[in-house]
Amino acid sequence: MSIAAPVHSPSLPVSDEDPFSEEILNDPLPFQERLRDAGAVVLLEKYGTYAMGRYDTVEFALRNWPEFQSGAGVGLSNFRFEKPWRPPSLLLEADPPHHNAPRAALAKILSPRSLNRLAPAWRDDADKLIDKVISSGLEFDGVEALSEQFPLRVFPDAVGLRQDGRDLLLPYGDHLFNAFGPENFLTAKGAPRAGELSAAVNAMCARDQLAETGLGADVWAAADRGDITEAQAPLIVRSLLSAGIDTTVHGVGSVLYYFATNPEQWEAVKADPGLVRTAFDEAVRLESPVQTFFRTATTDVVVDGVTIPDGQKILMFLGSANHDPRRWENPDAFDLTRDPSGHVGFGMGVHQCIGQHVARLEAATLLLAMIERIDTIELTDAPSRHLNNTLRAWETLPLRITLK
Amino acid sequence: MNEISSATLAERTPGSTLRIATREVAAEGLITLDLERADGGRLPDSTPGAHIDVMLGNGLTRQYSLCGDPRDAHRYRVAVLREPDGRGGSASIHDELTVGSTVGLGGPRNNFAIVPSNRYKFIAGGVGITPILPMIVAADQLGASWELLYLGRRRETMAFLDDLVRYGDRVTIHTSADSGRADLAAWIGATDPDTKVFVCGPTGLLDEVEASTISWRTGWVRLERFQAARHPAPVRTAPFEIELARTGRLVTVNPDVTVAEAIRDAGATVLTSCGQGVCGTCEVSLLAGEADHRDAILDDSERQAQNCMFVCLSRALTDRLVLDA
Repeated sequence: MSIAAPVHSPSLPVSDEDPFSEEILNDPLPFQERLRDAGAVVLLEKYGTYAMGRYDTVEFALRNWPEFQSGAGVGLSNFRFEKPWRPPSLLLEADPPHHNAPRAALAKILSPRSLNRLAPAWRDDADKLIDKVISSGLEFDGVEALSEQFPLRVFPDAVGLRQDGRDLLLPYGDHLFNAFGPENFLTAKGAPRAGELSAAVNAMCARDQLAETGLGADVWAAADRGDITEAQAPLIVRSLLSAGIDTTVHGVGSVLYYFATNPEQWEAVKADPGLVRTAFDEAVRLESPVQTFFRTATTDVVVDGVTIPDGQKILMFLGSANHDPRRWENPDAFDLTRDPSGHVGFGMGVHQCIGQHVARLEAATLLLAMIERIDTIELTDAPSRHLNNTLRAWETLPLRITLK
Repeated sequence: MNEISSATLAERTPGSTLRIATREVAAEGLITLDLERADGGRLPDSTPGAHIDVMLGNGLTRQYSLCGDPRDAHRYRVAVLREPDGRGGSASIHDELTVGSTVGLGGPRNNFAIVPSNRYKFIAGGVGITPILPMIVAADQLGASWELLYLGRRRETMAFLDDLVRYGDRVTIHTSADSGRADLAAWIGATDPDTKVFVCGPTGLLDEVEASTISWRTGWVRLERFQAARHPAPVRTAPFEIELARTGRLVTVNPDVTVAEAIRDAGATVLTSCGQGVCGTCEVSLLAGEADHRDAILDDSERQAQNCMFVCLSRALTDRLVLDA
């Protein structure tokens, strides 16, 4: 007979590091490793909030919406006590039952079956873009030439946006994702234009500003059917514009980077184009374009012996979970023989990225067009990071390609 | 190529088997069952109005609305009426399922979701009260006003009356044995853009509501119609074949592997994410054959179309499925 060891309540590990500092945003992986090794739940002293960096805890908390709510905001700002800087999202910043109808309506609109009708036009756009890039030279900035171009071309078209004002979408999204973090050098940079950008993007979501067919019109049609209200429709269209631009731009940028730095994986995907979807999800796992989101405890929640009190913010490190060696073998490698299923780069649970099928279709379409024309792809210089409190992004990707 | 572990499918997909945790008599001929995962794990999230497939050991599949708390991730509650004229599904549940028995799970799916409104009118006939129970809780949480008309023959046949007392005069109980037929048209009243009507009950009730609300805007009156034969074929326990159209490869899917695993084993790639038929990542086009859909995504017409399936958990009704993989 054996006697079980007594269970201790481990004391709460404390970190004095600032995950939103310039240094850590530039290179978050070493900090994330220290965070995971410190414990399943760690107190971030500087902000007085809790943090999770291990896969199993992050995944559990993401699924557990009743105890880890989004309705108090998914940034550092706690909507229980602070006024949001913009009207809260009906999707990202809402809990069931308020979340249910907008989610169900948009899930239908963005389902793979609905998106299939977009695929031929997107492929055509991708082929034209690759032609254009190639015709202007075999060395280019991959961010400027491809990862910003393609999503900014196909997605606003799919939504049915007017041409004017599209250049505001990236700066709007950049500030929005900065604003989920603390007030720091990044929010200060975006603050002067925040009101103007927010107003401009809100105006794009009105019914009479949208094309008669498209994803935006589909949202308004859901209001006609009573699935959502007319008051909700423009905010749901806004979610498409907030969540669907920067994230895909950075996701596509990351897969370009990983192919440029892993030529054997580019050879593999050329040999088997069926791997493009695995490649994109593997890039999303590794890069985690959305690095972090906060949740708020709705009650005193005990995780791994640590009590997180009601109302406290918890910072979920999605990128850290996706690099957790407790879950992933050789986690830092870009490896197309790996099955990346189960990564939390798109989140998990009721708030799992509703546009994930859009992102996958955009990336797969562009990669398939590239595979047809491009033989090799490599970096010509060190790429530079674009810093954001929430997103992981490239500012430049100096690429050289050779043609087939 | 992924190696398939030697664990059984039930062990590797523990969410697909549910255990009866409690069984209680709720009214004459009506029992409630609380279902949980045998391993105590989280169940897929549900929303008010959703139903699940309950797969019985005898191959029959039955749909039941969830009437418990959607915030409870560990239990589903269903109510099962013994239907003397039914095809044996409800009788076998009443006669054979006890605490500790296991059943298979499909879904949850929601064809009867509560949609936003300032006011709601809910009409429940008999066991049709089940999807309405979580809806009235949600209506309160949404800050909407609501009324419920709950119809039955006699009070003894009507479940959850005690639970409804706390709502006071927002709930009207109408028993036909005492008061005859209810005047539905009068209770529903005139069309109102700020009111949405949700009805669940026997076909006669639904038809009458439909006839009384012809002038209402489409989508403002929502009915839950359970069709008798959603599952034409019994759940199969025998192996089936999948043909991967892109390579022409044939793979046998034994009862202990998922279709996703079989596809990977055949050297093709397929991504999964939630593993519960919720997120939609593993959708594969179905070119021939009929899938046994167990996901939480497709609605009835999409299921009947049989042109796609979610391979993380859906299986086959026919001997062969041809997949675009």
